Amino acid sequence: MLFTSAFVMADTTINDGKSDGGQVDTKKEVEDYILHHIQDSHDFSLFSYTSDEGERKHVGFPLPVILWSSNGLATFMSSEFHHNDDGSVIVEKNGSKFVKIHSKIYELDAGATTVAYDADHHATNAHKVLDFSITKSVVGVLLIGLFMLFAFSRLAKQYKTKQVPTGFGRVLEPLVLYVRDEIARPNIGEKHYRKFTGYLLTVFFFIWLLNLAGLTPLGFNVTGQLAVTACLAIFTLVIYTVSGNKDYWMHILWMPGVPVLIRPVLAIIELAGALVIKPFSLLVRLFANISAGHIVVMSLIAIMFTLKESLGVVGATGLSLVLSFFITLIEVLVAFLQAYIFTMLSALFIGMAVAEHEHH
Amino acid sequence: MDKLLNDFSPGLFVVSTILLLALIALMVKFAWKPILNSLNEREEGIQDALDAAEKAKLEMQNLQADNQKLLNDARAEREAMLKEAREMKNTMIDDAKAEAQTQANKMIAQAQAAIESEKKAAMAELKSHVAGLSIDIAEKVVRQELTNKDKQLALVDSLLGEATLN
Repeated sequence: MLFTSAFVMADTTINDGKSDGGQVDTKKEVEDYILHHIQDSHDFSLFSYTSDEGERKHVGFPLPVILWSSNGLATFMSSEFHHNDDGSVIVEKNGSKFVKIHSKIYELDAGATTVAYDADHHATNAHKVLDFSITKSVVGVLLIGLFMLFAFSRLAKQYKTKQVPTGFGRVLEPLVLYVRDEIARPNIGEKHYRKFTGYLLTVFFFIWLLNLAGLTPLGFNVTGQLAVTACLAIFTLVIYTVSGNKDYWMHILWMPGVPVLIRPVLAIIELAGALVIKPFSLLVRLFANISAGHIVVMSLIAIMFTLKESLGVVGATGLSLVLSFFITLIEVLVAFLQAYIFTMLSALFIGMAVAEHEHH
Repeated sequence: MDKLLNDFSPGLFVVSTILLLALIALMVKFAWKPILNSLNEREEGIQDALDAAEKAKLEMQNLQADNQKLLNDARAEREAMLKEAREMKNTMIDDAKAEAQTQANKMIAQAQAAIESEKKAAMAELKSHVAGLSIDIAEKVVRQELTNKDKQLALVDSLLGEATLN
């Protein structure tokens, strides 16, 4: 909340359609809203309301859209879509026509003027473009990244003048020590842990803070984006693949101590494990846990609407409040837990790659 | 699965990779390196201080042991000196006693010798005196004999009466 109040540009646009994921009443709308939310978004909306005149107003700010289309680079502000999400608003830039359908930006094929859909509601005359936009997730990454840089470089500066940090640094120091002493050191080993502690610390705080940011009403879902978790998992993969020592590769490619005929088979399994299964488990675990958390919290909040008829307004609201309160508490724990597990497993994989085995 | 793949945004992947690489590099340079170095320094400082304290304690113990030893030595020495002094006193007394004894014995022996020699001299004198007296008497008796028998006898008697041994 602190960050946004600094540069909120209230942007109120009028849109009478319901396609923007704004007004939510029925079960179907709740479902759509939730699925819409866990996706990345091209604008940063804080809230929307219906004014006295019956107009739908959105408060938030637009974000830059940066696209690599068939006609080269195209940039514009997301406000040009007017919060439209069903492909009916067409933005023309650099001779290309862009539409936004379910939070994805498509480029219309040459000659097309409106989007045509097939039976599964897939666009038939539009294709996806490479979308480097500063989306809500990118804003989240930037905000958390800047916050981390600010907070921890201040902590680093404190050590220049005193031995024990004061103020906020006193909160951060035990966390740093925790990651170093409970995650990096025991899993990687006394000899090599220093090289990797920087990466592990960054990843731990990055995931944890973004998980927590996802629980605020700002509604980030950065660690619930496959692209982000995949990026993190691939970093870990690259690190332990590059720093793997002779023993590690020996155990993968030509496992000692088993019959020679079995070794190639084992090598295939080990290679698949090291290069595919390990990173895949990392990225899916984080993505699934955080997405599931968001879906559950929002579903419980939606009890307010969906059970309004059977429980009455007060009953449904009360039930929804109590349940979502407790699940949110659990989500706070999950936010930490997932950051811990990701960092822990990364450290473990790195530790396996740099471990020095005594020879049999 | 299809939906998941559809949701995967390559653009976001590229952007987040770049941002994360930058973030990791910046955090390592400006935050983690100085923080971890300072923490290590501090921990080493604490460890050093603890080691120094432990060492000081050991030294203290050694010093105390030395003191104790010194004290014990001093006590033993004092004891030894006292004992020696006592022995010396005893020997001195014994020596003095022995000396006195021998001196006394010597004096007694000298006295005895003197007495003996005095006695011998006295006896010799007595002997010579008695011999002289006997010769005198014998001479007088012989002289009286020569004159009168009765008188000679009377003379012997009177002489004998005179010659009462003092």
